[in-house]
Amino acid sequence: MTTNYKIEIKNIYKVFGKDPQAIMAQIRAGVSKSDVLADTGHVVGLNNVSLSIESGHIHVIMGLSGSGKSTLIRHFNRLIDPTSGQVVVDGENVLDYSKQQLEHFRRNKISMVFQRFGLLPHETVLENAAFGLKVQGVTRAEREVKARHWLEQVGLAGVEEHYPSQLSGGMQQRVGLARALVNDPDILLMDEAFSALDPMIKGEMQDQLLELQRKLQKTIVFISHDLDEALKIGDRIAILKDGELVQEGTPSDILMRPATAYVEEFISGVNRAKAIRVSHLLRAVASARVSGDASYSPQNVDLSKAARLGQSIEDVMPQLMSGAQTVPVVNEANSLVGYLDKSDVIAALYRTAASKV
Amino acid sequence: MFPELVDPRVFRGVIDDVVDVFVVEWATFLEQLFNPFLQLLNLFESLLMNSPWWLIVALVGAIAYMGARKWSLVALLCGAMLVMGFLGLWEDGMRTLALMLVCTLISILVGIPLGIFMSWSDRFRSMMLPVLDIMQTMPSFVYLIPAIMLFGPGKIPAVLATVIYAVPPLIRLTDLGIRMVDTEIMEAAESFGANRMQKLVWVQMPLALPNIMAGINQATMMALAMVVVASMIGAQGLGYQVLQGITRLEVGRGLLAGIAIVILAVVFDRITQAYGKRAQAHLHTNS
Repeated sequence: MTTNYKIEIKNIYKVFGKDPQAIMAQIRAGVSKSDVLADTGHVVGLNNVSLSIESGHIHVIMGLSGSGKSTLIRHFNRLIDPTSGQVVVDGENVLDYSKQQLEHFRRNKISMVFQRFGLLPHETVLENAAFGLKVQGVTRAEREVKARHWLEQVGLAGVEEHYPSQLSGGMQQRVGLARALVNDPDILLMDEAFSALDPMIKGEMQDQLLELQRKLQKTIVFISHDLDEALKIGDRIAILKDGELVQEGTPSDILMRPATAYVEEFISGVNRAKAIRVSHLLRAVASARVSGDASYSPQNVDLSKAARLGQSIEDVMPQLMSGAQTVPVVNEANSLVGYLDKSDVIAALYRTAASKV
Repeated sequence: MFPELVDPRVFRGVIDDVVDVFVVEWATFLEQLFNPFLQLLNLFESLLMNSPWWLIVALVGAIAYMGARKWSLVALLCGAMLVMGFLGLWEDGMRTLALMLVCTLISILVGIPLGIFMSWSDRFRSMMLPVLDIMQTMPSFVYLIPAIMLFGPGKIPAVLATVIYAVPPLIRLTDLGIRMVDTEIMEAAESFGANRMQKLVWVQMPLALPNIMAGINQATMMALAMVVVASMIGAQGLGYQVLQGITRLEVGRGLLAGIAIVILAVVFDRITQAYGKRAQAHLHTNS
């Protein structure tokens, strides 16, 4: 393989019904989903979806209910087999795997976190976290050591002997996350993992996931119906509608250049000041000369007036109000990386003039 | 009148002939096959009848306590057992108890695996469902006649009839319990690479246990309903007392034996229910 993609989904079709193969020709010929349903009683779940996911990224797959996103994520570890198409992980087509190879793949390379947690109610938190290792036949002592370690990592030290029903939703999902991490997989599938949680807990879990990800650098496929969540945690976002991929790109692509009217409508409800980040609107230092009233160089950056790369527009409002047409932007190491132009910010916030960014 | 298209006597004759041949050919083999169960039943019977009554009562109390951790239940069940002895039906009660235990054991050995296979295979399930319906509705005397021809009157046909009648609810509830296991929990187990046996033992059976216990409970109740029929074909015990009561028009004998059967039913029911409840201890998620 020449690409550095961890996972490649190629032309996935999934048809539900009595004889899916028989109507593949119709679907390939472009007969619409509703016509297929009316004529043959088959439901087209996924229609020619291709997606490439880079190693170490968080890739969010978005869509409303019924868009096929939960069906799609189940193709990655073959909880669902496609009617047609390829699922390539590390250069190997997972669909060619034998039963044993598939079990090996699931045990070592890929883990999943579920919306309603999927914990075993009759086992303790510790036993639940160790489940993946138990399946592999790891001895009790060894798997408990690892499970305790990961439970601690997700902030659950002290509740090992509790049962899932004794924990809050957020804590149960932490158990789910620890269980998925115990196997030390390369790939983490998260199916609406935080959707069932209260908004505040949800925010905490997102922060924790990002923090863990900084350390672990897993390849994460994250399903969500919440655009704010997608924009917050996604390195890239794919939007599904009726089983078809509508747009795929970085959060700033989605926000600044919605590909279709559907995506535009999708993002209309978002709090843009919160969702748009400084990094999305950054102009390089080299072009600073055009801005007129200021020229930036690493020497004269006033850190108190600078914006940081990861901040949202809402966070840097004070700096933007300061009067100057531009605001310098620094990275985590406090070195200058570019600047923000107010007109870009206004354009991005209100989507008035076509943004040049 | 429905027009007589074929002479039904032909059918009957053919069936009779087949059964006759079958009995001649297979009687010895089948008798040997069922011999271990007969041995087991005799062992249970002699154990229960040779043990002192207070030991049995204490045992019932201990099992009830382990299941429910409630002294009130222990008192109720021990009291019920004492009443049975007081009515002079202790020995008959022990015979019936032995029959019940063996039938329950066979039902578990046969019923749970069949229920598991049904939950695995839709095709097997669609084959089994009508068979289970037939087992529950076909009058037991219909299959008792060939059974008696095979084994002669006695305990084996009694056990056979009781098991055939009692096992369907256990099979159905095992299948139902496994099918009702939360799909997301099953997906989770699968996503970690669990194979079929791992899923069965670590996920499906524990989560289906309340249903399976309800099935065992139902099986014991159905089995008790068969004791009178069983006594007609040679099983002794409480059913025989009822039968004698009926044939000699001794209402008192029949009623007392009937009460003793109800007592055994209560004991079995409460104990299996208590264990069923224990099985549910942590089986609720607050998602």
